[in-house]
Amino acid sequence: MIPAPDPVFSSVVQFAQTSMLLSPELASRAQFGWTISVHILFASLSIGLAPFIVYFTWKDVTSDEESYTRLREFWIKVFAVGFVMGTVTGIPMSFQFGTNFPQFAEAAGEMIGGPLAFEAKMAFFLEAVFLGVLLFGRERVSDRTYILSSVLTGAGAWLSGFWILVVNAWMQTPRGFELVQRNGMEIARLTDPIAAFFTPRMPWMYVHMMNASVIAVTLAVAGIAAYMIWRNRESKAWNTALRMAVVLLLISAPLQAIHGDAYGRHVAETQEQKFAAMEAHYDTGQADLHLIAIPKSFDALTDPRTDNLFTISLPAVGSFLASGGDFQAEVTGLHEYDDNPPVALVFWSFRAMVGLGFLFIGLALWGGNLLRQGKLRESTRYLQTMMLASPLGFVALLTGWYVTEIGRQPWVIQDVLKTNDAVSTTLTGAEATGTLVAFVVLYIALLTAFGFVLKWMIEGELERMGVRKREESGRPRMPWVKGDD
Amino acid sequence: MTSLLIPVDAYLVESLPTVWFGVVMFSLAMYVALDGMDFGIGMLYATRDDHDRETLLSAFGPIWDANEVWIVAFGTTLLAAFPAVYSRLLSEHYLLAIAIVMALLMRGVAPELREQRDEPEWHRRCDQLFVFGSTVTPLLLGTLVGSWIFGTAVFSLPSLLTGVGLVALCLTSGAAFLAAKTSGPLADDMVRFGTLSTAAYLGGVVVLLAVVYWLNPANVRALLVTLPAAAVVLASVGFGLGGIAAARQGRHKLWFGTTFGLSFLLVGLVATLLYPTIYPASGLTIDAVVVSPLALNLTTILGLPVLLLVLWYFKFLYGTFAGPVDGEGYST
Repeated sequence: MIPAPDPVFSSVVQFAQTSMLLSPELASRAQFGWTISVHILFASLSIGLAPFIVYFTWKDVTSDEESYTRLREFWIKVFAVGFVMGTVTGIPMSFQFGTNFPQFAEAAGEMIGGPLAFEAKMAFFLEAVFLGVLLFGRERVSDRTYILSSVLTGAGAWLSGFWILVVNAWMQTPRGFELVQRNGMEIARLTDPIAAFFTPRMPWMYVHMMNASVIAVTLAVAGIAAYMIWRNRESKAWNTALRMAVVLLLISAPLQAIHGDAYGRHVAETQEQKFAAMEAHYDTGQADLHLIAIPKSFDALTDPRTDNLFTISLPAVGSFLASGGDFQAEVTGLHEYDDNPPVALVFWSFRAMVGLGFLFIGLALWGGNLLRQGKLRESTRYLQTMMLASPLGFVALLTGWYVTEIGRQPWVIQDVLKTNDAVSTTLTGAEATGTLVAFVVLYIALLTAFGFVLKWMIEGELERMGVRKREESGRPRMPWVKGDD
Repeated sequence: MTSLLIPVDAYLVESLPTVWFGVVMFSLAMYVALDGMDFGIGMLYATRDDHDRETLLSAFGPIWDANEVWIVAFGTTLLAAFPAVYSRLLSEHYLLAIAIVMALLMRGVAPELREQRDEPEWHRRCDQLFVFGSTVTPLLLGTLVGSWIFGTAVFSLPSLLTGVGLVALCLTSGAAFLAAKTSGPLADDMVRFGTLSTAAYLGGVVVLLAVVYWLNPANVRALLVTLPAAAVVLASVGFGLGGIAAARQGRHKLWFGTTFGLSFLLVGLVATLLYPTIYPASGLTIDAVVVSPLALNLTTILGLPVLLLVLWYFKFLYGTFAGPVDGEGYST
């Protein structure tokens, strides 16, 4: 006989089933979104640091300037820790297509499997092997091999980005395939590899992402350098690093804005629905461009319609940009679609990215002006501003990806496969929610650890410069250590 | 244009799907051999004092990350050649697959974090994480492979025994690598541990095979009594005993070579028990799930030469760090 269910217990179960557990689809999307968000921070750290590493290594080996040795050692260490974090967070990415989105992996296997395998074989191995040499081999290989190792490590990072973006660009603007039946499901069969690898989106995405990584890392380098100079204005090494960062930002920040403008037009041509979501454009017709949007109420945060916003808009300029010159052009509105992406996330992410992009141009021009006057190290206000701005490049990079990925919904492969058709059918809400929670906890711990490592490295550098005393016991206690150890 | 360069309607050679089954298995074998050695180092780490631990970490430092990439090579090659198997293997063993990547994460970050701070409490926490990740990853990975080849649920006796067997194998190759790289009491201890773990591994394989013969999951019994399977098992016994003999004679590099052989033989056994099926739980064969000719030809032309280049990188890496190791790192 089955005992009658305890009413308290069954209500707990019901609560758990209805309120606490996410659906497999939502949990899978949240999990992929969260894990890729953390991974991409480290991946772009490798990409953006690569030019710095190559330059510092080259200058260190070929000149006798001690400041380059210090910069090389400091930043290679950051690179190494970041690379380990990137590896351990990247491995889950390479398996999550299968664990959570097996229908996607099976349907798109011919299209994405090749590039992902090339990423591992051509890029990831290259980076991992030569980073080993770069970290541990200074005394073991010739100067020339050592410089070459830094170049190959950096090339590995940039090539890795290339193959990953081949996959993502194909998901945005898929081509080079035909749909056929295999093992009872519809799959994309490769018909033209060149078309499939070099999709219309590919070059846009590659330039935008590589440059975004450079900007993000340049701002981080500038922020750390600014802090070091603020504490020790005479530091030769860190003044060099800050000057380099300002110059690099003067090139990369304006380039990103000019390139981004043209990229936006390309999105309008190839992904009308995403473009409409970026502008919260609901009714088909002439589109305005909202330069600045300020929510009138809390509703506007979740439902950014014109009625809910104070906007400073350029009438019809949305049409002009989308069509490449026609103010009267009709822009398809979101009302035309049955199923739309979460508009608010896309709309606000896009504004955050663009706004930050302009801020970076401002910081670059300000820094460039100070550099010209030779006052870079004297301007405390600039140094402090750069310290505050140091994580913002990564924020812009992430929000840009939210526009790209959330804006593509409900599709996982644009107009070919919907995300909810790609989610595992064997996955339960409990499993998916459980692993999501585990990933959130684990990755927050990981990010915290990385933050501590950076802090310790900065403190170590300050001690080395003699502007910070080592603490009494030689080492401060960890926050959780009680009593004597 | 592509049709001129790459055949569209036929595989470059008729047996290309089988070749790629071989490449998938080769990547898995490289992973088991190389990162298995890292797992062994991580487990043996628990038995060492602080001085020896520095030595173990120095041995591990320059090579582990490159070794670990072989798991990505395995996964992505499986996806590129047999997407349906990649999808089913991972989605039908969801929690196991996620647990593996999390354990792997702990193993990877722990030593990196440890060296960032010179404090006993911090070291102790990182050490625990390192040993835990190094032990749990091969256990779960073996369990996953066991469930794959025997087509069983995650927690079946055959799959768990495969996991235990892999742990013993990793201990063996880790011990052999450390014995080859060090000397004195540390190397002597490694010979002792390695002998025990080899015996445990061989015993484990025998028990595993007896269990699967008896339970007969996925009709594997018939495959066990074939010549290839028998040859692989006999060769494993030969390599295992030969390894013990080499270890006792102090020929540690040769011993390490035999553990490499053992790893390849284990994956050889996996391949033998699968072929020509590739996913026993659904009865899928290689030919049924392989990607279309153009996709596989392309992966062959672009991917296989790179795989050879990767092997050269490894030769370079291990050549650069060829010398014996101590707490300071590899000596020249």
